Amino acid sequence: MPVDMELEMVLRPPQIPMPPYPPKTITLANGKVMVIRQAVREDVPAILKSVHPCLFIERDYYDIVSARLYGELLAWYRYRVKSEYCLMGQVDGYLVGIVNGRLENEKVGMSYHTLAIDRGLRIGSHLFAAKMEYHMDYMGQDEVLIVAESPIGFRRWMIEYPLELTHIPHELGGGDSYRLTREIYLKAKQRLVVGDRPVSQALMDEAMLDIKFADDDTIRERIAGLKGR
Amino acid sequence: MRDVAIIGAGMIPFGRRDEDTLMDMLSYASLKALDDAGLGDKSVDAVYVANMGGGMLQHQSAIASSLVDRLSLLPAAAETIENGPASGASAVKNGLLAIASGYYDTILVVGGEKMREVTGWRATDFVATMTHPQAEYPYGITLPGMAGMFTRLYMEKYGVTREHLLAISLKNQEMGTLNPYAHVEMALDRGGIYDSPHAIVNNPVSADPLHLYDLCPVSDGAAALVLCTVEIAKKTGKPYVVIAGFGQATDTHTLAEREDPTDLKAVTLAAQQAFAMAKLKPSDVSVAELHDAFTILEIAESEHVGFFKKGEGGKAAVAGKTRLGGQIPINVSGGLKARGHPVGGTGVAQIVDIVWQLRHELPENRQVKNAEVGLTVNFGGFGNNVLCFILRRVQP
Repeated sequence: MPVDMELEMVLRPPQIPMPPYPPKTITLANGKVMVIRQAVREDVPAILKSVHPCLFIERDYYDIVSARLYGELLAWYRYRVKSEYCLMGQVDGYLVGIVNGRLENEKVGMSYHTLAIDRGLRIGSHLFAAKMEYHMDYMGQDEVLIVAESPIGFRRWMIEYPLELTHIPHELGGGDSYRLTREIYLKAKQRLVVGDRPVSQALMDEAMLDIKFADDDTIRERIAGLKGR
Repeated sequence: MRDVAIIGAGMIPFGRRDEDTLMDMLSYASLKALDDAGLGDKSVDAVYVANMGGGMLQHQSAIASSLVDRLSLLPAAAETIENGPASGASAVKNGLLAIASGYYDTILVVGGEKMREVTGWRATDFVATMTHPQAEYPYGITLPGMAGMFTRLYMEKYGVTREHLLAISLKNQEMGTLNPYAHVEMALDRGGIYDSPHAIVNNPVSADPLHLYDLCPVSDGAAALVLCTVEIAKKTGKPYVVIAGFGQATDTHTLAEREDPTDLKAVTLAAQQAFAMAKLKPSDVSVAELHDAFTILEIAESEHVGFFKKGEGGKAAVAGKTRLGGQIPINVSGGLKARGHPVGGTGVAQIVDIVWQLRHELPENRQVKNAEVGLTVNFGGFGNNVLCFILRRVQP
């Protein structure tokens, strides 16, 4: 697509460089090792290929979560958002989950979405925890504003942490935000935030070399199939 | 009393069946069992449907009346049987008695539940409606909560450990990967759910000391059987299964009223009745399907039916005695833990799995070699209504 850079400079909000998130590994319930790492802008087209089949899955609100995530990642790719980041989970190189968010300001984070492409393994929980870890431990923020778009999200974030309800409108839909404060984070960290660092070079090479993704039918079956958990 | 045979067995894969209604699932399973029975144009005399939650979850009552019409089995007699999670075995028992008495010759028994169209919270609450309405339910008790307390007491009294519970989780989920009807087809890794520091997230405490993978999933599913007289079964010319014995017993509604809450008296009594009727003993059993809604229950039931002494069930599981090829293979299907637990369907599904075992028609990696006698325990409430069946293979 031809890009007029003169106009782009007008259209693009200022880009705030995001600090690095050190990758980590997590052993899942089935024994597979998930690498969680920070995505770079160039990863977005490959990530979108895995998000696309989820757009049409109603179960557990995958459609709205993935549609919004798709738009947010595209906005990041096209420089239409000023402070977005994306973390991703990979198993054997395959993309199994994505989380993203951005900075409301230096001290307040805005959580966007959590999408688990493989299910029944707490991948969403691990990735959401990594997102909170990024905001608190690596960006030094004081709080993160969060909403849930599905009952599963509500259970995993609002209840399990537990988060506190505020009357601050959230960027996703304008409803009341729930808030993860540093105090809540530190209390929950012991039981919800896990992972091993550093990641071996072999695992990083596998993850970085190529983002593999399952075919559309496999993704749909994993999320909305008979064996869905 | 006439002997009663099983000539038809059918099941649909358990899981999240969003596209199917409860009636769809009951119909599919019924048709499979009727096809398997090979009755041809002959109809059945009666249809017994086991279901616990149709009235609450689907807002549908008189399910058997609906099913008999949908299956074009009119004017067969039809009844819905609700007995909590023991509904399935209760329906089989009622079918058995109706044929044994000489009143009916052929009966379709089908059990099923559609639980995944509500959230997990609603499903847990629905199951909790079987607790005592004044002494337990108002205080927020759930079945996992009861199981957690039971497990703690069992650990203290009999030395059961998390290692023992883990052996059940690993075994049953491994077997589930081999069962195309199982809801959960994922083998667990010991490191992922127990040894590694990451297990705290992967396998969190659900009801202390029980963790997530100590609990069965909430499932949609259905299973069906065709019961008949032995004379009819003989005419099929195929191996068939007879119900050699059954037993049923009840216990106090509230756990707190039991002299010893770790003593599952109803399991013991039901098994004793079944063994006495069958003129068999625990060591005669080739394969068993026990009601492992929680891992502790497989251990406790394996002791209460007499496979192992009290306090030995967990050790036996760790030693591999309950695996395929072991002393007494238990829950080769994956059990409730992996096959799933659509509450009204479970008691029927257990018997379907045993029928397949006794007809020697399962793949080698799931078939108990030379299986001749099978046992099931269907555990209602928290052991306040339990049914035990003993089935025997007959080679015509």
